[in-house]
Amino acid sequence: MLTYTIRRLILAIPTLLFISFIIFIIVKLSPSDPTANLPLTIPPEVREQIRESLGVNDPIIVQYFKWLKLMVWDEPLHLIDNWFGTEIAPPNEPGSRIISYQTRSPVMDLIMQRMPQTLWVVGTSYIVGIIIALPLGIISAYKQYSIFDQLGTFISMLGFSVPTFFTGVLFIVIFAVNLQWLPSVYDTTHVVEDWDSFVVQFKQMIMPVMVLGLFNAAQISRYMRASMLDNLNQDYVRTARAKGLGEGTVVLVHVLRNSMIPVVTVIALNVPAVFGGAIITEQVFKVNGIGQLLIIAIQAGDVPVVQTVSFIFAVLIVLFNLLADILYGVLDPRIRYD
Amino acid sequence: MTRKVLLLGAAALAMAPMAAWADGHLSRGGSGHLNIIYWQAPSTLNPYLSGGTKEVESASLVLESLARFDDTGTMVPWLATEIPTVENGGISEDLTQITWTLQEGITWSDGTPLTAADAVFTWEYCTHPEGGCAQASYFDGVESIVAVDDLTIQVNFANPTPFPYTALVGSESPIIQAAQFADCLGARAPECTEANFGPIGTGPFVVEDFRPNDVIEFVANENFRNPDQPYFASVTFKGGGDATAAARSVLETGEFDYAWNLQIDPTILAQMEAQGNGTVVTAFGTSVERLHMNQFDPNPELGDIRSTAEAGPHPFLTNPVIGQAMSMAIDRALLVEIGYGAGGQPTCNVLPAPELYASTANDGCLVQDIAGANALLDEAGIVDTDGDGIREYEGTPLRVLYQTSTNAVRQDTQALVKQWWAEIGIDAELRNIDASVFFGGDPASPDTFQKFYADVEMYTNNFAGVDPQAYMANWACDEIPSPATQWQGSNIQRFCSEDYDALIEEMAATADLERRGEIARMQNDMLIQSYSIIPLVHRGGVSAHANSLGGIRMSDWDSELWNIAEWYRIPE
Repeated sequence: MLTYTIRRLILAIPTLLFISFIIFIIVKLSPSDPTANLPLTIPPEVREQIRESLGVNDPIIVQYFKWLKLMVWDEPLHLIDNWFGTEIAPPNEPGSRIISYQTRSPVMDLIMQRMPQTLWVVGTSYIVGIIIALPLGIISAYKQYSIFDQLGTFISMLGFSVPTFFTGVLFIVIFAVNLQWLPSVYDTTHVVEDWDSFVVQFKQMIMPVMVLGLFNAAQISRYMRASMLDNLNQDYVRTARAKGLGEGTVVLVHVLRNSMIPVVTVIALNVPAVFGGAIITEQVFKVNGIGQLLIIAIQAGDVPVVQTVSFIFAVLIVLFNLLADILYGVLDPRIRYD
Repeated sequence: MTRKVLLLGAAALAMAPMAAWADGHLSRGGSGHLNIIYWQAPSTLNPYLSGGTKEVESASLVLESLARFDDTGTMVPWLATEIPTVENGGISEDLTQITWTLQEGITWSDGTPLTAADAVFTWEYCTHPEGGCAQASYFDGVESIVAVDDLTIQVNFANPTPFPYTALVGSESPIIQAAQFADCLGARAPECTEANFGPIGTGPFVVEDFRPNDVIEFVANENFRNPDQPYFASVTFKGGGDATAAARSVLETGEFDYAWNLQIDPTILAQMEAQGNGTVVTAFGTSVERLHMNQFDPNPELGDIRSTAEAGPHPFLTNPVIGQAMSMAIDRALLVEIGYGAGGQPTCNVLPAPELYASTANDGCLVQDIAGANALLDEAGIVDTDGDGIREYEGTPLRVLYQTSTNAVRQDTQALVKQWWAEIGIDAELRNIDASVFFGGDPASPDTFQKFYADVEMYTNNFAGVDPQAYMANWACDEIPSPATQWQGSNIQRFCSEDYDALIEEMAATADLERRGEIARMQNDMLIQSYSIIPLVHRGGVSAHANSLGGIRMSDWDSELWNIAEWYRIPE
């Protein structure tokens, strides 16, 4: 297992290099200009100077290697300094950090600043989604074609097919505009320090978390239901029942454990999406997460931010794929990689 | 009772509410907390590194300039004691030097005094060749800025400059603190994240917390020169979302007090306003949505030379009669009603304001006249000869490719204009291009507005400040974009006239305001009557504020928040 993990990790390096190059080329070759959104009153000579100072006019391959060196060497050193208070990174000089075109500040600082909001809102919604989805899937499968199953199918189809930009705005119109129960704008400066401020935080998180949670639950509950159905008809289930085991034990111990294997994979593979934030939902509720960072950067032609964020997603996806494969082995003793 | 007593009584009555205010919300911090929402979030608080409206306006709470423009477009001294003129000796007779005097006793928010050296440093900062300063055009033609003494700033121009109120005037070129930015010149500018995100200023507020592309927290500046202001103790400046959500948060849910740039469907905005929580306010500057009629031939068969001088003149748009008919066919009032609401007014001028410069010679276009347009074309012999419903001019059918950026209002306008043009026998093919490509200026892209690979294109342009000299010089012959200039240049419709160029030269040498107004109006009329440009809508800024917010004097000539120190909470 260890050899396998190490081999996979080493293989990941060329994969990631390739991915980073492809991302870079796609972002670079797409028509975008960091000065495009400036007012037309700013004359072309000035725009050209701005582009020059941002390094946009360097040859593409030079820009790529500059960025790659910063991404895999300088930025991790800065991260270590930041976490452990050491001073191993080179001192701040022009070109020692990946600089965002829009803010002219280090991209990593922007990501670090936004990560907590994304993890809180999107992470919570993922957990809420799982908590809703597992029982929903189990009961739907156990009582297949019952009213509950039909209702569950209906709700998950709704959650799956209605886009979050619709449910988000719908929630705002109902709960913020008409009922005035919840705020429509997420206050990112809010600090939780006592019970009252916790209530405020809870209230402002309800809508984004539920919108995303509904979407996640819809997806996972379908997997859970299908997987349970596969197992409920197996011979070992009949055997267990024949041995006189109670229905609770049969379903929740025997069937559930076996059914969890594909579901755990799905859950693990979707974790990188949590870090990626939720572009639309974050935008609708004005949560300053990674998704919002990415969409603003795309609109502004802020190439360094787009590249760096996309590359971090790529790393996470590769890592969580590996994790899912390893989890397979843990859940199912028959699977061995060595 | 004598008249004197009556007057005294009246005066006392008038003063009474003032006295009540003095100890209440009209004292520093007395109005509490203010929530502002800009649906585009500021990326930095250094306007010299960004140039976007959102950055300039958020920074205007902190950074100030020598003079700025009020809601009527009038220049008011701000950090300076008065506006220098030739009459008061502030401007030299040969128009190459302007001398500003700072008010005494102004300090930065850290308590250190503001001096002329800060102004000199600001000029050095923005004109550093490696800095990529977004506001460099404000220092165009400036040879040097000299600190004569601590309070006297002398700006020297290379050439006579009749309108010298550019450098360090208005929200786009404020004075930054030399001490804070000393190590941030040129290529080092991006390293000064702390300074760029929290500039020290002379303005009414101080940055407490800045989160790029998200939110800014301001608190009142304890060292502000007016001891009673700002009336608000703190400001939250939230960014992000979209215009509709921003309008909703002020007009419907009341979570915010002020929302900026609400270019949304006018009927939706009116419905929101009807809820009674807030008020929509507008301010008109110089923005005009216009059609440019390509004067060169954009025929795709010409390949790389299309839309350039080598391609030759446009087969029919160079004929003013056709342009005039196209202009007459448009119902500008309807365009405003459908797309702009309170945020637009029909206009027939490319230079609609300030009042001194606004011509009235073309106002006939305000009324749609399709029958007249048809008659005009018939008279000129431009008729439909082959019976396909489209007129021909010298054998060329009047078919135009009409492009603009992707934007719901613009697409509505396109559809309406296409319909009207069809009624006068002109066929329009519509096209829309993503704004970041259209305005992107990438010389490799065929879809930029500068390349103008189409017959007609539509967008909005304006100029900053109140002086139209540089703006009207956009239509000089040598400003025509071409491959030789990497398609840079501001004469988008490729208009060229010797008489016009002569007026540009005269303008550059004239200081007399009346005469400048006359020249600008002549330039405007010359452009309009060539029908190479068809103005549609004079666009204003649209914002909304809560009914409990007082003191707002919205200006489109400067930052909308230019007088935020005077904003206050109306007591319930």
